[in-house]
Amino acid sequence: MRRLVLTIVLLCAFGLPAHAIDIQTVKSKAGITAWLVEDHTNPIVTLSFAWRGGAALDPVGKEGLANLVASSLDEGAGDFDSQAYQGKVEDLAMRIQFRAGLENFSGGFSALSETLDDSLELLRLAITKPRFDDAAVNRMRLQIASGIRRASERPGSIASDALMALLFPNHPYRRNVDGTLQSVPVIKIVDMRQFMIDRLARDNLVVAAVGDITPDDLARRLDTVFGALPAKARSWDLPKVTPAATDRVVVIERAVPQSVIRWGQGGLLRDDPDFFAAYIMNHILGGAGFESRLVNEVREKRGLAYSTSSSLATMDQAGVILGGADTRNDAAGKSLEVVRTEWRRMRDNGVTQNELDDAKTYITGSYALQFSSSSGIASVLMGIQLENLGIDYIERREKLIAAVTRDDVNRVAKSMLTPDLLTVVVVGKPDGIAPKP
Amino acid sequence: MNSLANRILALAVVLCAAFSAPAPAAVYNPQTETLANGMQIVVVTNKRAPIVTHMVWYKVGAADEPKGKSGIAHFLEHLMFKATPTMKSGEFSATVARNGGRDNAFTTSDYTAYFQTIAKDRLELVMRMEADRMTNILFSDEQIEPERQVVLEERNMRTDNSPDARLNEEINAAFYRNHPYGIPVIGWRHEIEGLTRDDLESFYARWYHPNNAILVVAGDVTMAEVKPLAEKYYGKIPAVTLPPRFRPSEPPHIANIRVSLADERVRQPVWRRSFLAPSSAWGDASQIYALEVGSEILGGASTSRLHRALVVEQGKMVSAGAYYDSDAYGPTTFTLVAQPQRGVSLDETEKLVEAEISKLLANGVTDDEVARAKKRMQASAVYARDSAGRGARALGAALATGRTVDDVESWPDRIGAVTTEQVTNALRAVLGSDSSLTATLAEKGKS
Repeated sequence: MRRLVLTIVLLCAFGLPAHAIDIQTVKSKAGITAWLVEDHTNPIVTLSFAWRGGAALDPVGKEGLANLVASSLDEGAGDFDSQAYQGKVEDLAMRIQFRAGLENFSGGFSALSETLDDSLELLRLAITKPRFDDAAVNRMRLQIASGIRRASERPGSIASDALMALLFPNHPYRRNVDGTLQSVPVIKIVDMRQFMIDRLARDNLVVAAVGDITPDDLARRLDTVFGALPAKARSWDLPKVTPAATDRVVVIERAVPQSVIRWGQGGLLRDDPDFFAAYIMNHILGGAGFESRLVNEVREKRGLAYSTSSSLATMDQAGVILGGADTRNDAAGKSLEVVRTEWRRMRDNGVTQNELDDAKTYITGSYALQFSSSSGIASVLMGIQLENLGIDYIERREKLIAAVTRDDVNRVAKSMLTPDLLTVVVVGKPDGIAPKP
Repeated sequence: MNSLANRILALAVVLCAAFSAPAPAAVYNPQTETLANGMQIVVVTNKRAPIVTHMVWYKVGAADEPKGKSGIAHFLEHLMFKATPTMKSGEFSATVARNGGRDNAFTTSDYTAYFQTIAKDRLELVMRMEADRMTNILFSDEQIEPERQVVLEERNMRTDNSPDARLNEEINAAFYRNHPYGIPVIGWRHEIEGLTRDDLESFYARWYHPNNAILVVAGDVTMAEVKPLAEKYYGKIPAVTLPPRFRPSEPPHIANIRVSLADERVRQPVWRRSFLAPSSAWGDASQIYALEVGSEILGGASTSRLHRALVVEQGKMVSAGAYYDSDAYGPTTFTLVAQPQRGVSLDETEKLVEAEISKLLANGVTDDEVARAKKRMQASAVYARDSAGRGARALGAALATGRTVDDVESWPDRIGAVTTEQVTNALRAVLGSDSSLTATLAEKGKS
């Protein structure tokens, strides 16, 4: 594979599509709303759904609660214990999964039309009558702990976790949704039951549906599946936070040949009027593709890394711009120097008109590429709802991008990028990078 | 991040499994043609979005490299994004991006593929550029040297920084006594460092021709639209006489091999055991569908035997499963893998897995297990059809490893025809072997 786009946790707000797709709003009797893209080509129904409020709300000391619930929901529900439930899922050839994010708790479901009723019944049981049997939950705790241990072997995970802890020293955004080896074992089943009551309600739910189902049919089934959930989620208060602006450089020594370098600083929120100006700026600086300045300077010209990129991450209460480069130890200092130079050049000189034009065509044109599968479409529709962008967003997006001027991008670059206040984490044995406490 | 794409290079074998396991059949309903110069064309129509995925697969991979020159196929893949007489270095991808598309490429032991996903009205644009670089890449030291560093960084990232990936590399090297699947797709570091311009250029000149390539186009498009364009751009490139695709064959495995790696960074030990197994192109190919069903029964799902016994009932393992991939141009492996809970040693892990296998070999599988596994596997065909890209990858991989469109399309039927007895017999033939490779990844200082 020639290119690797660096993943950094968190929700990357991405822009949206050029071609209109037909989204219907479906409202059930009980008042549950879903967005539907009806498509009867293939006998499959796919749902993506999410509840606002995620792992950032896990109680202190019980970090990883949302994730443990997500892992346990399909481990037995109603009259079916874990193996019975899984056996039914397998025999129906349906797909069901749950995932805890920092800001939301989401689920994915696909089923064959011919067994949709039975499949939806299993989904209903999972979200309304999970068993949380001791043995099953304990197995999940141990699996999650094993995953945490495995992540602790990987330089990239170590670096990302450390960076978030530095950027958000006193805020839940520092957390890894998995929790810790200390917290996961002490999460109690009663905590999980309380989570279900507090978090999985109807007023914080968004649903997207794609495939072989009519609006009327969907409306009816929404009530069947989600109707028994509590009307309201427990309210929460996650404070706004400004990411720490530091010039710290933390080196975590590991006996590996390649230093994994991660950095970050404050960004903006998704509802900021300058969001697309920042998005375009980041795209030119280190966004997806071979064309970014970081790829060009770090990789193409100097061969200092296989992967290097930057990304905007917008959470509900904070925004950051994050970056990464992986470089052999003896050239790690050089690599970081090139990154700082590019950060400075973008801040001081901004972008060219050509760069701006190219970025716009890419960002508008590539949006449609996400619509090539049911799950792709469903997850985009779910994301738009979670971000409160409105059902006309897909069409509006193109105009929002077209309206961004070079002045907008340059102004955002000047205010957002401060090359002297990058918080940096390096995992490896880097030459030429001095730790700065 | 596209984790599937990521695994392609690191674990070529597993990669193919990911493509082919649900590589169902009578599912994609592709149209096929062949150009006069021998280039195969496959079109999978999926009108969900006004986009197309355009792929060119070359029937050449890391296992086709000259001895002592590992890494050429993959290094060359990187250089394919550099200059031709009519395109500047980097212009290929820049043009795709400027037109709202994405492009990339991947290399495995058996094939090398290049692809772009883009609005359907840009198909001709990417086809013109892809045809150009089939024969016109310029090789210069000023392109090769920085890219060599990039490739070495890629190796660092994928392999050298990861104890697990380093162990995998050692497993393959030890497992294949003679077949070139033993060399890593990305290449050994010292050999990547030593590759010359001439090595790369000769490999390109040898293998990159229309009669060694497969064009796969998937999306909102039909053969009637694709063929005239393919004729215009690929059709004018002459066929050449290709060298035989010679692979040293694998002798029977006699001895048991153990490979162990202890690393201070390891926090979760892993045990795995691999057996030599037939693929669609090697050994007793009549067993491959039975082995796929057997692998599903043994380790493919949450109620499969290894998971149920070792993870759920005994609570001794964090995970346990089985992997088998029939989609290779040479021999393949049937692999058992388990990760013990804290406090369970790798020795005990081995005994526990062996006990389950002994039970299986002694008593065979049941009719009910076979029926359930088959039904589940056949249903996966319906899901596979949902995404246009999936069909493109499954068909490209099949044709590049010597299988046919019919092999892919009839997969659900062939799975459906497998009997209980065939599954039991196939598992006995493979897992009953006296020779296997057992590998352990351990925390340094512990066992």
